[in-house]
Amino acid sequence: MAVAVLGAATLLMLAVLVFIVVFVLDKGLPNITWTFLTRPPEEMGRAGGIFPFLVGSFLLPILAIAIALPLGVGTAVYLCEYTRETRLTRTIRFGTDCLAGIPSILFGLFGLIFFVDILGMGWSLLAGGLTLAIMVLPTIIRTSEEAIRAVPYAYREVSCSMGATCWETVRRVVLPGALPGILTGVMLSVGRCIGETAAVIYTAGSAESGIPTSVFDSVRTLAVHFYLLATEGISTPKAYASAAVLVIAVLLVNLTAYWMMNAFIRKRSR
Amino acid sequence: MKRPSSDKIAQSVFRAIAFSAIASLLLIAVFILKEGLPFILRYGPLQFLGRSEWDPSQGFYGIYPMIVSSLWITLGAMLIGAPLGVAGAVFLSEFVPKPAVRIIKPAIELLAGIPSVVYGFMGVMVLAPLIRGHLGGPGLSVLAASIILGIMILPTIVSISADAIGAVPNSYREGALALGATRWQAVHLVVLKAARSGILASLILAMGRAVGETMAVIMVAGNTIQFPHGVLDPVRTLTAHIAIEMGAATGMHRQALFATGVVLFVAIMLLNAVATTAIRQKVKRT
Repeated sequence: MAVAVLGAATLLMLAVLVFIVVFVLDKGLPNITWTFLTRPPEEMGRAGGIFPFLVGSFLLPILAIAIALPLGVGTAVYLCEYTRETRLTRTIRFGTDCLAGIPSILFGLFGLIFFVDILGMGWSLLAGGLTLAIMVLPTIIRTSEEAIRAVPYAYREVSCSMGATCWETVRRVVLPGALPGILTGVMLSVGRCIGETAAVIYTAGSAESGIPTSVFDSVRTLAVHFYLLATEGISTPKAYASAAVLVIAVLLVNLTAYWMMNAFIRKRSR
Repeated sequence: MKRPSSDKIAQSVFRAIAFSAIASLLLIAVFILKEGLPFILRYGPLQFLGRSEWDPSQGFYGIYPMIVSSLWITLGAMLIGAPLGVAGAVFLSEFVPKPAVRIIKPAIELLAGIPSVVYGFMGVMVLAPLIRGHLGGPGLSVLAASIILGIMILPTIVSISADAIGAVPNSYREGALALGATRWQAVHLVVLKAARSGILASLILAMGRAVGETMAVIMVAGNTIQFPHGVLDPVRTLTAHIAIEMGAATGMHRQALFATGVVLFVAIMLLNAVATTAIRQKVKRT
């Protein structure tokens, strides 16, 4: 009896989640055309397409990852390879956990005051990228740490016994072995950046702009564009189409992440 | 003098990089506090937290209605998300064959990636009309926000709770079964007890997500500054308040919004600290 209730709860949960995806795709896919994907918007998005916003949603995560990846992997390498469990490593882990729990609106506030105002970047690709980089840093640190720890200890011993230094071992043995796991973290972070709105709207800007030509140009991402379409009642069909593009993009990116993680685990367990 | 080896250089570079997360956290704390705290002290913490009027043009900056609304919506989200999520986690870890779990659990986690604006849009297009039609009120309400947030926190609860339940040693289950317990008794008397700090941590982390969620809430909560008198009333949360007004705010008004950010930051940090402690205890025991 109790088990039946648990089963029903699980089914309900799955049904709701599947419903959301199916509903968005069902309403949105018919409105996605080649013109929609490749043309700039007209009349604030009532007509035309989403091309500049796709570019924004593509560039912003790349910039964020380019900044967060060296920092995150570096932190993970330090935690795993260069030190034992000390008060310092516990502090670093606690700080990472805290950073992971901060809501995106606070990242947005911080990015606005620090990158946009104090450092004078204005609403720009750079300010948005830096803000998102801080936001995804905990994800990159955690997944990289797990991936590095999963590299068998024997690999390191063999490397060191052949006279390699610690740095050579990290560079030639540990990091290549951990690469698929690290890439999983990267893809999860990209997915989060694509869907992010609150942290982006006051750092990268929301003005309808063309294709950015430098990192100091403001960009509107697809998520921000969709939010404006939906809340300002500009066009419901276009909003559904944008939602479908967003959901497909995020699901594809996250599926890639899981696929890479599974491949990684299978390789390790052989 | 001997040149420092590349190994030594690498070590110091990695040590420096390792501070990036803490440095970011400190920067965020310092700059939000720097913008918000002076306002709170000048305006008076009790006035700011306890006053119910918000009207920047008159110099009224009270966020009490937003605090109460955030609490209502968070509580509502937990009432919906917690039972569903924990039930799902228990069912998946104890009563579903492993190959099926390997598909269902990632599928649920995958859905954590759906952007919050899409959840909010679903609330506007599907849920709000249902509430308006069947229960009355404007539709955009405490109830709509609670349901949407309750759904959004499911992946967090299921994923972390299922990990905690999976970490309970099999000997516990075998011991209970050997003593004559049924499968269900073994689960709820033994396994759930052993996993309770992990489940608790998942709930607290989910609560943090619910408190901090912004875009979905802006879209479905209605955003009227008022105390909720019932679940069908439209309200404005702390997060929505910041995001809605920040665009046009300057001077005192802007400082007051950063001060709202300070309140949010402190609340989230407290929740995080409690959750981290709960997870630590679990690790220590096993």
